[in-house]
Amino acid sequence: MTTTTDHAVDIDKHVRIYITVFVALMVLTIVTVAISYLHLPVHLAVTVALLVATVKGSLVACYFMHLISEKKLIYAVLLLTLAFFIALLALPTLTHSNGFWIHETVQPAASSPGTGH
Amino acid sequence: MSEQATVAHKRHVAHEAHETIGFWRKYVFSTDHKVIGIQYAITGLLFLLFGFSLMMLMRWQLAYPETALPLLGRLLGDTRMPGGTMLPEFYNELGAMHGTIMVFLGVVPLAVGGFGNFVVPLQIGAPDMAFPKLNMLSYWSFYLGGVVMLASFFVPGGAAQSGWTSYVPLAIIASSGQTWWLIGMIFLITSSLLGAINFITTIIQIRAKGLSFMRFPFFVWAQLVTAFLLLLAFPPLEAAAVMQLMDRVAGTSFFLPTGLMISGQTLQVAGSGNPLLWQHLFWFLAHPEVYVLILPAMGIVAEIIANNTRKPLWGYRSMVYSLVFLGFMSFIVWAHHMFMTGMGTAMAAFFQTTTMIISIPSVVILTALVISLWGGSIRFNTPMLFALGFLPMFGIGGLTGLPLGLNITDIPLHDTYYVIGHFHYVVAPGTIFALFAGVYYWFPKATGRRMNETLGKIHFIGSFICMNVVFMPMFILGMAGVSRRLFDGGAAYAFAGPYLHWNVVSSWGAWILALFQIPFIFNFFWSIWKGERVGDNPWEATTIEWSAPSPPPHGNFAVIPEAHRGPYEYSVPGAKKDFTPQFEA
Amino acid sequence: MEIPYTVEVRRDTGLTNGKIGIWLFLASEVMLFGALFASYILIRTGAPSWPRGDTILNVPLATFNTIVLIASSVTMVMAWASLMRNRFGTFRIYMGATILLGLVFLIVKYFEYGAKFEHNLYPSTNNFLAIYFTLTGLHMLHVFGGMVVNAYFWGPGSKLWKTNPTWFTQRVEHSGLFWHFVDLVWIFLFPTLYLL
Repeated sequence: MTTTTDHAVDIDKHVRIYITVFVALMVLTIVTVAISYLHLPVHLAVTVALLVATVKGSLVACYFMHLISEKKLIYAVLLLTLAFFIALLALPTLTHSNGFWIHETVQPAASSPGTGH
Repeated sequence: MSEQATVAHKRHVAHEAHETIGFWRKYVFSTDHKVIGIQYAITGLLFLLFGFSLMMLMRWQLAYPETALPLLGRLLGDTRMPGGTMLPEFYNELGAMHGTIMVFLGVVPLAVGGFGNFVVPLQIGAPDMAFPKLNMLSYWSFYLGGVVMLASFFVPGGAAQSGWTSYVPLAIIASSGQTWWLIGMIFLITSSLLGAINFITTIIQIRAKGLSFMRFPFFVWAQLVTAFLLLLAFPPLEAAAVMQLMDRVAGTSFFLPTGLMISGQTLQVAGSGNPLLWQHLFWFLAHPEVYVLILPAMGIVAEIIANNTRKPLWGYRSMVYSLVFLGFMSFIVWAHHMFMTGMGTAMAAFFQTTTMIISIPSVVILTALVISLWGGSIRFNTPMLFALGFLPMFGIGGLTGLPLGLNITDIPLHDTYYVIGHFHYVVAPGTIFALFAGVYYWFPKATGRRMNETLGKIHFIGSFICMNVVFMPMFILGMAGVSRRLFDGGAAYAFAGPYLHWNVVSSWGAWILALFQIPFIFNFFWSIWKGERVGDNPWEATTIEWSAPSPPPHGNFAVIPEAHRGPYEYSVPGAKKDFTPQFEA
Repeated sequence: MEIPYTVEVRRDTGLTNGKIGIWLFLASEVMLFGALFASYILIRTGAPSWPRGDTILNVPLATFNTIVLIASSVTMVMAWASLMRNRFGTFRIYMGATILLGLVFLIVKYFEYGAKFEHNLYPSTNNFLAIYFTLTGLHMLHVFGGMVVNAYFWGPGSKLWKTNPTWFTQRVEHSGLFWHFVDLVWIFLFPTLYLL
């Protein structure tokens, strides 16, 4: 690991980035709350909110957590995690969507997940 | 000669340095991976024995339903076995805890915590794990989890009794033992997560110079992939356990549907929950968990086969790629445990497809191991016998999994004894045989002594025969339609009548299997003090752990070794010996 | 006995053990919170009706808390940057600010939960509240845990700066990564629970 003084020059640049990111995060927070007052239809509201959150989250990850300049191994681990994260989020709900993809010719009886079996 | 004197001197110096650490820091709260590994191994073996004992009790009830168990029956008291006859609730406790203990307190701690901890740093030429203190924390978290699980037998209502799968809503209305189960699981999951972080970091960072990834012993690859499975698959179960705890203790309805009736009364909860959510989160872990059970075993078998055929493993590269692919696929097959829950046809097709695909890497690995035998100079010592026994047993286990993974054939087989036969073949004469093999194989490294071969062979032959006697009949019972978890083994159903005698066969197989473990237990402890003394490399093996003294001192190597070649350079043409160790210049 | 690559990076990976360790831990945390988000999705899509967040929860208060947590993330990274610039005094100020902001977050949550309980709104009342309390409760435990570690590095742990400043800086960085992750989870939690 190089000494701390070598990094001093880099750090000044980084600090400027941190302040910029902070301001961006504040703005985006106000934006997302403001949009929520519009009471958009659910699907649109979810999409917009998640989009803004993803941008905010990416800023935190890339700049505060230095992910933008991380090593390949870390990227590999996180990519793997992301793949399984998506599977975990998507598959259970898809499993209970009736006739997903394939047209059901026989109506499943009272099978909405809320009531359970 | 002088090299040995140097090693002896270094060992002496290391030993002296250790004198200043008290007994507690050296043997109980040690941060040395070898001590921790042995702690895990012994605790794991004890839990395996205990879990086995629970099953032997169950098998009495299955063979002779509602008959008093002589002697032992009355000792268990009126809340469990009044007059020596088992209560259904107690049968369910035994069933749930047998599964839980074998999987989470027995096999994984032994395979990963025990063998992984002891062998991996030595095999990669490391002085210890990357995070020794975290390692110690892992063990004691596991230990606490074990204590909580054992203690649960003594709370009012007894231990968890809703299956090792703790399906809801039953588990939510169950007695307080279930709460203990959930808390115990949180400790165990924490232990595994911390351990996984340690293994991955250690294998990647602390490996010796020259030890590139494709020069790893297959055992190291197996532990690396296993660690990733533990790291990423366990947290959802932890989240689910918290939610089930909330449902049980805080009155939430994560898993409770609206209008649920218990004994004619509607449950007074908010409702609107989803019982299948539990199943998804549970199986998201539990499927990768079964690969956690098998991968280290495959690793052990691979090491022992290479060593005892005196030739390199056939298809090492394919085996490694298969291992990695298997690990990845294991995360997207889980709902094949849920084919009967009413899922849409598309998702059923998806999970059926991924399940069929995942059988391919398993077959590749098994085939490569079998082909590795071809043309070898096979030494039939005890580790090798168990390793060889593993192959057809895992084969049967794997093949019988296929109809379960196809949703059409799963319909008649789901939740029957067929399933029990399938998974026990993989875990019992599968993984546990590999673990036995590993004990016999690495015992000399840990103790500087060999275990007795005759007792080992008796252990093997008896266990091999009895395992098949116990589990083969279960396929017959299952195909006849006898459900698992029936406290009378199917006796209440007329259709099961012609097949019930198989229960008796299985039970006697289990009890005799227990007798054949006695030579092993005796051998294990007797050999620690009286076993034949051996040098550093009694098996004439090629991997780095055999360059360390037996047993290795704190820090393992006087001089950090370097890897100069692949892990299985046996019978190299032109070489002086029939093995060229990885660590030799 | 020295474990290699604790402080110096390994050439081929470019990483220290601790850096890999903390990222692996965070990967597992992604799966932990992921499971709760997956649960939220399954329960919400299966529920006959679901209240909009702002009809039950206090959005202005939570917005304030969001700003507090984001600010604490900035002070955290500035604490690390101070160490990289060899300014230990500044480090203590920024780290102290991080801990204080965390405390503010917790205090606000205390009042938020208190207000819910006062109106007889408990986890058992309905599934919206159940998932709300569980998600924010687990998040809160992580905030608390992070604060404890940060307090250790602000206080007794800071002795390490004198004997091994590089390692101390790295450990603060790792603690910071955990803290940023906690902020990141909140960045998704906040709109999901409060605004949708």
